Amino acid sequence: MSNLKQQKLALAVVVASVFLGACSDNKEDAKAQTNGPNKDPFPSTYQAVKSKPVVITNVTILDGIGNKIEEGDILLENGIITELGNSVSAPRDAIKIDGTGKWVTPGIIDNHSHLGVYPSPSTRSHSDGNEMTAPVTAEVWAEHSIWPQDPGFQRALAGGVTSLQILPGSANLFGGRSVVVKNLPNRTIQDMKFPEAPYGIKMACGENPKRVYGSKGGPMTRMANVAGYRAAWIDAQEYQQKWATYNSELDAGGSPKAPKRDLNLETLAGVLDGEILVHMHCYRADEMVVMMDVMKEFNYQIGTFHHAVEAYKIADKLAENNVCSAMWADWYGFKMEAYDGIRENAPMVHAANACAIIHSDSDIGIQRLNQEAAKAWSDGQRAGIDISQADAWQWLSANPAKSLGIFDQTGSLEEGKNADVVLWSADPFSTYSQAEKVFIDGALVYDRTDPESWPVSDFELGQIAAGDAK
Amino acid sequence: MIRLTKLALNTAVCLGLAISSSVFAENIAIVGAKIHTMSTVGTIDEGTVLIRDGRIQQIIEGTSVPSGYRQYDAKGKVVTPGLFGALTSLGLEEVSLSAGVVDARTHAHAVSSVGAAFDVQFALNADSSVIPITRVEGFTSAATTITRSENLFQGQGAIISLAEGFDAVIKPNAFMSVSVNDGAAEDNGGSRAAMWVALNASLDEATFARGYDLSPSEAWDGLTTREDVKALMKVVNGDMPLLVRADRASDILQVIKLKQRFSDINLVLVNGSDAWRVAQQLADAKVPVILNPENNLPGGFDQLGATLENASRLFKAGVMVAIGIDTHNIRLATQHAGNAVANGLPHAAGLAALTANPAKIFGVYNEVGSLESGKKADVVIWSGDPLEVTQVAEQVFINGEAVEMTSRQIKLRNRYMNRNSSKPVAYTRP
Repeated sequence: MSNLKQQKLALAVVVASVFLGACSDNKEDAKAQTNGPNKDPFPSTYQAVKSKPVVITNVTILDGIGNKIEEGDILLENGIITELGNSVSAPRDAIKIDGTGKWVTPGIIDNHSHLGVYPSPSTRSHSDGNEMTAPVTAEVWAEHSIWPQDPGFQRALAGGVTSLQILPGSANLFGGRSVVVKNLPNRTIQDMKFPEAPYGIKMACGENPKRVYGSKGGPMTRMANVAGYRAAWIDAQEYQQKWATYNSELDAGGSPKAPKRDLNLETLAGVLDGEILVHMHCYRADEMVVMMDVMKEFNYQIGTFHHAVEAYKIADKLAENNVCSAMWADWYGFKMEAYDGIRENAPMVHAANACAIIHSDSDIGIQRLNQEAAKAWSDGQRAGIDISQADAWQWLSANPAKSLGIFDQTGSLEEGKNADVVLWSADPFSTYSQAEKVFIDGALVYDRTDPESWPVSDFELGQIAAGDAK
Repeated sequence: MIRLTKLALNTAVCLGLAISSSVFAENIAIVGAKIHTMSTVGTIDEGTVLIRDGRIQQIIEGTSVPSGYRQYDAKGKVVTPGLFGALTSLGLEEVSLSAGVVDARTHAHAVSSVGAAFDVQFALNADSSVIPITRVEGFTSAATTITRSENLFQGQGAIISLAEGFDAVIKPNAFMSVSVNDGAAEDNGGSRAAMWVALNASLDEATFARGYDLSPSEAWDGLTTREDVKALMKVVNGDMPLLVRADRASDILQVIKLKQRFSDINLVLVNGSDAWRVAQQLADAKVPVILNPENNLPGGFDQLGATLENASRLFKAGVMVAIGIDTHNIRLATQHAGNAVANGLPHAAGLAALTANPAKIFGVYNEVGSLESGKKADVVIWSGDPLEVTQVAEQVFINGEAVEMTSRQIKLRNRYMNRNSSKPVAYTRP
């Protein structure tokens, strides 16, 4: 199969919204890829922790796709959810957990994190999130900056976060590739990479690029920002064409010389091919709509606007264009483009049938995204937007999973999906509820009731208060 | 005379002028709520707050109201004193970045060599949109000050009311701020070895300057300027609390030692990531702590001890804790306190951290911070537990007047929730 055909197939599959992983263990596909560059040069070495089957009984379950089961059971087996409902048939050797008075939800997925690229401690030597040397740096990959020993990962785990996307910062028009990880850090970043998750690209609207480059050769205005995206897409189209010509000549039996690889354009062409998902930092309504026109001009899809503080102003247009909004519950005012933030942003987006996501962009906020959703949900209720808790949980798991192209694997409690599950001490829409047990691929990786089992990063080991209740 | 007053009131409202609210306040009864008085009376399961002339007249058990009171039915609801933003830049910061002057940040100026002279009472903007946004969420007063200076000190903060109008300052020159953490050392000689000598020298000069003629006609060769030393004299006298931002245990112990050198000094620790490790020393020295209980990450090597249990451990050791360090989102201090409670702080201490404790720390507990006869009638009716993220302030009273429960954010919401697609949005005024 030619590379071009493969790319077209990938695009078609994406459009059908079942993602085909960029990496593949299918031998035929791997062979076919020899025509073009290796698309997975830093393959995931993630391995789930082995576990006995686990059954949680008599628990309130939010399945993450709109359903609530009272006094339900859920069975986790071989890393996946094998059964859930009013009662399940657990194997005899299953670990039994009494969930009376407690709640079960899908693991939280934060689609906007800088853990590892801006880790704690936030020393200058660790500041690896923004390649502020040129406005277009699609060639850099966040995974090459991530420090797996950031203690922020363990804190997020205690908040019920089972997967997250780590992005470059927003200084650049094109900031580089993001990566999706399982929140189970080990020795290397490859150990964390979510198997078969597509890559993302970080783009940024508005104030940040113009502030950073205004006195460094531009862009210094929003109009130059837009010129910059368009110029980059034109280059990407040309690059895409070069490879298409090469592949078709090769297919015709010729022996053409392969074009020289360009890492920047390779990533941009990957977006145009539909293989790399677009995550665009964009606050203002008017800018988001401009970007959706740029998207149509160059025939790519913006997956998600991040921060999207003014999404509520254009929720209808976001729904029409099938673009998600990843939002805070209540951040505002820290800069002009965040001045019009309101508390009802997420519920208003949801009410317009657009895809709403609650994200953190914060090593503190990531620890209690359930509370962020609870605030937005209750503020919506008071404004007359009646959304059930069961539906609102989509903001925390299913919708971010869709935004990241991993919803076929995780993001909801459905039979056959990854057993990424949180047992909450109480209704997770309460300040006082805490993630009591967190499972990733069926393994208990955080247990609040067992301090001896809490994970401690290399950085904290041997320091004061290592293993303390953080 | 009465007619004249009404006319004046109408005129004032029509012209959008600020009015001194208590003069016109009616008698109000908030009836039937669970009342957290935050005084020695504690919590009353079903009680009534009587308000007269802008002051708390009485808190009574039950629901029987004397005649002549406008009644607010609060059965099934929760009432607290208005919340106190423990450490903010309210009125000093509208938009933080790239949006004009932020009065919460100072550059060097010849009037001050160490930053102590700067004084925010002159900088307050009563029209800041952040104030109503904060007020409708139950906050009625706040400490406000400079967050960043190019000097050792961050100047003198003020205590303000979040009432509408131009007479917000409850107490000017209410406190002095200084930092002795990693960042401060970086900015002041690059090392604590330089910074602490500068800090001690500045305070020594203030001690030395007692009874000194600080007029321009006399020579003054201090490290500090005349205006600095005048402000610092109030600090060493104990008239103005010194808020010291410090995180690591060694730094906090150095802060406590200031009491040995300057016996009258009135210290308040800010942040205090490691404070729980020296909780007993803080309790013994009677140093309260203003903190954000959600800070549990080692942002630097001076914050390795950061934990969600900081507030509860300090409380158990007998340290007074106030919660709330932010400006735009100081309104989230209720959530912060709730998370401190989720991590071991008693609920009543969580509420005190938002009300009585900051009022005591800043010396205004005689006026605000609890519901007691004679105090300012700053009262909030909540839909439920104020520390729950799903509960809200339903009605706020300041100086005995019901606050209009609206803000720029609420108007934006209403405009877009009820958008009339037949005309441009600018023509919809919610």
